[in-house]
Parts: sequence; structure tokens; C-alpha cells
Amino acid sequence: MGDVALREVTKTFGKTVALSAVSLDIPDGAFVVLLGPTGAGKTTTLRLISGLDRPDSGDIRIAGRSVLDETPAQRNVAMVFQQYSLYPHLTVRDNLAFPLRSPILKTPEDAVARKVKEVAEVLHISHKLDNKATALSGGEMQRVSIGRALVRRPEIYLMDEPLSSLDAKLRADLRIELKRIQADLGATLLYVTHDQIEAMTMATHVGVLDEGRLVQFGPPREIYENPVSLYVAGRLGLPRINALPATLFAGAPSGAATIGLRPEHIQQGEGSPSRVVRVEHLGDQTRLHLDLEGHDLITLTDVHTDLEPGDTVAIQPRNPLYFDASGARIV
Amino acid sequence: MAEIVIRNLRKEFGDFTAVQSSSFKIEDGEFFMLLGPSGCGKTTTLRMIAGLELPTSGEIYIDGEEVGQKPASERDIAFVFQMFALYPHMNVRRNISYPLVSQGMAKAQVAAKVAEVSRILGIEDILDRPVGGLSGGDRQRVALGRAIVRDPKAFMMDEPLGALDAEFRERMAEELRALHDRMGATTVYVTHDQLEAMQMGDKIVVMNHGVIEQFGAPQDIYDKPATMFVADFIGSPSMNFLQFHGSVEAGARQVTLHHHEFEIPQMREPFDGDMVFGVRPEHVRLTDDAPYRAEVLATEYLGTTQIVTLRTRDGDIKARTPSDQTARVGETVGLEFNGATVSLFDNQSGRALRSDLNEGVLSHG
Repeated sequence: MGDVALREVTKTFGKTVALSAVSLDIPDGAFVVLLGPTGAGKTTTLRLISGLDRPDSGDIRIAGRSVLDETPAQRNVAMVFQQYSLYPHLTVRDNLAFPLRSPILKTPEDAVARKVKEVAEVLHISHKLDNKATALSGGEMQRVSIGRALVRRPEIYLMDEPLSSLDAKLRADLRIELKRIQADLGATLLYVTHDQIEAMTMATHVGVLDEGRLVQFGPPREIYENPVSLYVAGRLGLPRINALPATLFAGAPSGAATIGLRPEHIQQGEGSPSRVVRVEHLGDQTRLHLDLEGHDLITLTDVHTDLEPGDTVAIQPRNPLYFDASGARIV
Repeated sequence: MAEIVIRNLRKEFGDFTAVQSSSFKIEDGEFFMLLGPSGCGKTTTLRMIAGLELPTSGEIYIDGEEVGQKPASERDIAFVFQMFALYPHMNVRRNISYPLVSQGMAKAQVAAKVAEVSRILGIEDILDRPVGGLSGGDRQRVALGRAIVRDPKAFMMDEPLGALDAEFRERMAEELRALHDRMGATTVYVTHDQLEAMQMGDKIVVMNHGVIEQFGAPQDIYDKPATMFVADFIGSPSMNFLQFHGSVEAGARQVTLHHHEFEIPQMREPFDGDMVFGVRPEHVRLTDDAPYRAEVLATEYLGTTQIVTLRTRDGDIKARTPSDQTARVGETVGLEFNGATVSLFDNQSGRALRSDLNEGVLSHG
């Protein structure tokens, strides 16, 4: 396993700037999640590290050496894609063994068998080893394609939304599994997603991308509690942070254009009257949709609240976040 | 608008019974969810209400009139599918006006109707655009517009948001619900996404293998599940199940689970045999001194809360706790459960045992 570093990496496709002077340090053994909407540059970053694409400028270093002139195979990285691509004519066992039997690695057959067995157990697919790859459910196929990366010991695992095509329950299970596997192996992992729950729950570090720029990098808790901008604040947290004109409440610092209120920043019982528009019972939490002087906001309330649409709730901010007109955080 | 009553509805496809014997009532103006995993019979039920399938037996009443064997065209219902099929060669305006034009409505009236609907949906500025270049959300709005424009008695929606990505789905769900609140039309909505059902529905029917497992308001179904299937299907993470063998008397307020006493809602029926102790993750508390011990397997940070996965001698448990409470992987902690929220189940049949908590909600007796 190794550390990976990007230095001022820029990549354009025609007139589109996919990545703009991105510098990023992925420490050995870290689980780094790149988060951002479609088009932010997440997948481009993975493809540049793997060697599938070349940067226009900047340097990429794996375990201390510049890899710009190396082929994907020489870089010793393993990639898992969103769309699992298994060999349909091979069994699960042979799909898993395939990377180990590559002429570059020349793994002895007994070592291949041992490795395949180990990985199959970790991913709970041991009982399907002799099935054809096409005779699996979607979840099983994705586990095999993750397994095909895990049989190897690359410098870094690169994963591009590997869980996004799975159903909610399986995704929740695999989140924990993946985190556990990564910790057990001490593997370095770079993982791309637009799912904030995956980012928060698995990452040791989250990198937030906005139109090709890395706008914040740090532990999930730091990104959530201490976002540098309104954009970053909106990437994490459900219900999403409410962004309202700063003038709605007293106490805004000078230069503040927007006040950012997460549910825990809204104190109920005192302050400005707001009207209840809708009460949403989600089971473990109840969301209040409020109207405050014509502005929509969403907060949480007691699960078994008596509040109904049309009721009035007084609210006031508590340790809110403030942002200037450009969206930058004012501390 | 319409009240819809379903009585003993059954549908067989050859040897396969898709819907066993469903009975429920959809009030006028309700946003009504049919929820369950694939193959549970929810879409078949919807298609029978719409008249796209005819029931093998049973009745469907729309506003008091039995329509079970009538064709779809005589039921005055609009259907919105998961794969919204728009006419690709027509622009947005012609797509929306098509149902009216084909009914032979006068031109001026059609124009007024289309204007009204596009205002409701906020798509006035794209009326003259071809549908080919529209974003997923706008396509979905156009599909909705085509359903709304007819002023039908009720809307049937089959996973209309299923094809959209998570962030956008959340927004469309809110939009759809707000639209319903403005129009007040009876809506029957099929989904396999429990969060979507909880978020949007006034009432939920939970189906499994062609059978209705539970019918009620979202919060009731969450707090007072009638079966282990419902308890597991609703909620994320789902309810924790601890299996044990023992007995409870009617009137009992405690249960003994492997030598540990736990409070429970007062029981309304006795039971002896294999049971399951069910507790939601947010009702599990980590304390240093509680005698029921568990090892922390994993923690998942979620902002204000975290999910802690723990291993007890009776199985794995997930707890939802404030994220400022520390829980370190590998350490051993004590667990407490909020007894007032606990459900006990018969492990064999999966049904919830009757107690103070769920008595008003369970239909079986």
C-alpha cells in the first residue's frame, strides 16, 4: 500500500475544464471519499490516478514516485466501476482469480485458491463460487466485482460509485463491510460518490469537489461542522442546511449575506413566528416544513409532535453559520 | 374526486397468486402508498384499481360504484408510469394537450386548461420546447401535466420517481406532495422505497407475497409494526431483533431475555415459546454500567447522529446515538432499551404480540 499525491493537476476535455489545479494528499491507509455532484471532476480524478487518462499539467505520485509515464498496469492500482463488468462465461471463482492469473503477477495456483477463498468469505459469496457470473443477482455481481479488486494488493484501490446500483439494505451492509475490509487490510482507498451518507460513514477524509476544484479536504466531522462555504455546507447533512437571508434574524456579523441553519441550529419556542406548512413523519425523525416570512425552511421536531399545518412555531438561530455574498464562510 | 374501497380483492396469473385477498379504504383526497418489495403484488393492485388488470375475484368501489370488471376508460383515472412515455415528436404543449384534444375538447378550452396546468407545475417557459431535450425532472413534470390536465377522479402512480437519482428524487418527492396538497386529488402511489412512502403518504399499505401485512398512518406503522416483516422493512437502519425462548403472561411489564430483565409495554396476551424482542435503533442507549453488555463493531458518523453497530450474545444490534457520544470500535459497553417502545413477536409466525403499545393498531386478535 502506498500514499498517493496529486500536485496542481489540471485536465481539460476540449473547452471543458474537468479538473483545475487540484492538489490532494492521500495518506497510506486512508479511506478518502471524493464528494460532489455530476460533473464536479470526481471520476476524472480516478481516471488520472489509474492512468486511463493523462493530465494536461501537474504531477501524480504513488508511493513517492511520479507515475505520469507509467501504464495503468505499471502503476499497480485496482479499480472498481459503477457498472460491474464480469466475464459472463466464467464462474465466480474464475472471475475472482482472473487478476491473479495475469501474466505479470504469475501467482502460483495454490495461492490463487487461498486468496479467492479468503475474499469470497469476506464478501459472503463463498456459496456462489461455482455459479456462472450471469446467474447472480445485481448485489452479488457487484460484490464479485469488488472482490476482483480485493484479491490483489495494489498501491491503492480506486472505486467509482460501486454501491450506487444496489438496493438500500445491501448498500448499508456493504458500507460497513467495505470500511471493515479497508481497515483490516490497512488499504489505501479512493472512493467516488455523490451519496453523502457513504461519504460521512466510511471516509477518514472527505474531499469536496466543485466544478473541478477541490474546495475542502478533511475528516467528515470537520466538513460537517466547519464548512468553508455554503456549497460545502449543502453537501453534507439531511435535511439539507437551510440558507436564508442573514437579515431575517438579528445578530448577523458584518458582511453576512446568508445565514445557514442546520436543524440543530434552530431553537424552537422563542423568537420569530413561523407557520407550519407540513409535518413529515419519517419514523425515527419528524420533519417540520416551515414558512418564515415567505422563506421555506425544514427542521426536525419531536417524533410524536402535536403540531399540524397552520400552527405557529417561534424559532431562533443557535450557533448558526454565516456566509458572505460569494458563499464563503464568515467565522 | 374520489373515495376508493377495495374488498377481498384477488388476482391469479395461472398458478401464481399475485394478490391474495386485499381489503382497504382510500379516503377522498388521500395520498395513499402501496409499499413492498418487488413481487409483493403492489403494482398488480394498482393496475386493478386503474382497470389495466381485471381481478379474479373481489370488488373495487370508486365513489360507491363497483367498477371491478369495467374497462379503464370507464373509470376516469389517470396513470403515471415509472418510465414516463412522452410523444417524442411533439412539443411540451402538444404532449400535455393530447388527452384533451383526443377527447374532442374545444381549442380555447384546451388552451386554458394547458395554461392552468403548466402554471401549477411551473413549466410555462418550456411549453414550446421539444420533449427530446428536456431534463429528467422536466420530462417527469410534463408526464404529470398530461395526467393532471384531464381532471380525473384519481391518480395512479407506479414508482414515478424510481428512475431519478437520489438528490433529485428527494426534490421531486417534495414537489409531488406539494402539488397534491394544492390539488387535493386522491392519489394511489406504488413504491418499494420505505422512506418515500413515509415521507409522502397519508396512509400506507405494506404488502408482502400478495398479502397486506399492515395498513395505517406512517408513524403508527413505524412505532407499532404488526409483523416482523413490517418492522424490518420500515426504518433505516431497521428494527433490531433479539431472539430468545421464554414466556410472558398477560399483564406482564417485563420480560426475561437470557437472564436479563427488560421493561416492555404491558402485555395483552400471554405467550410461551420462541420470541423476538424488537427495538428500534434510536431506542437503544449506550451506558457504562448497564449489565447487558455488547462489543462495539463499527461506528458510522451521520452529522448530528451516528449509527453504532454492536455485538451482543443474542445477535448484532444497531444503535442511533448522538454523534458527540464516543464509542470506540473494540470496546465493551452496556445497553439500555426504551421499554415503552419495545415490540415482542412470535418468532414462528412473525406477528407482533398484543400490548398496551400496539393494541389500537393491530387488526388481528
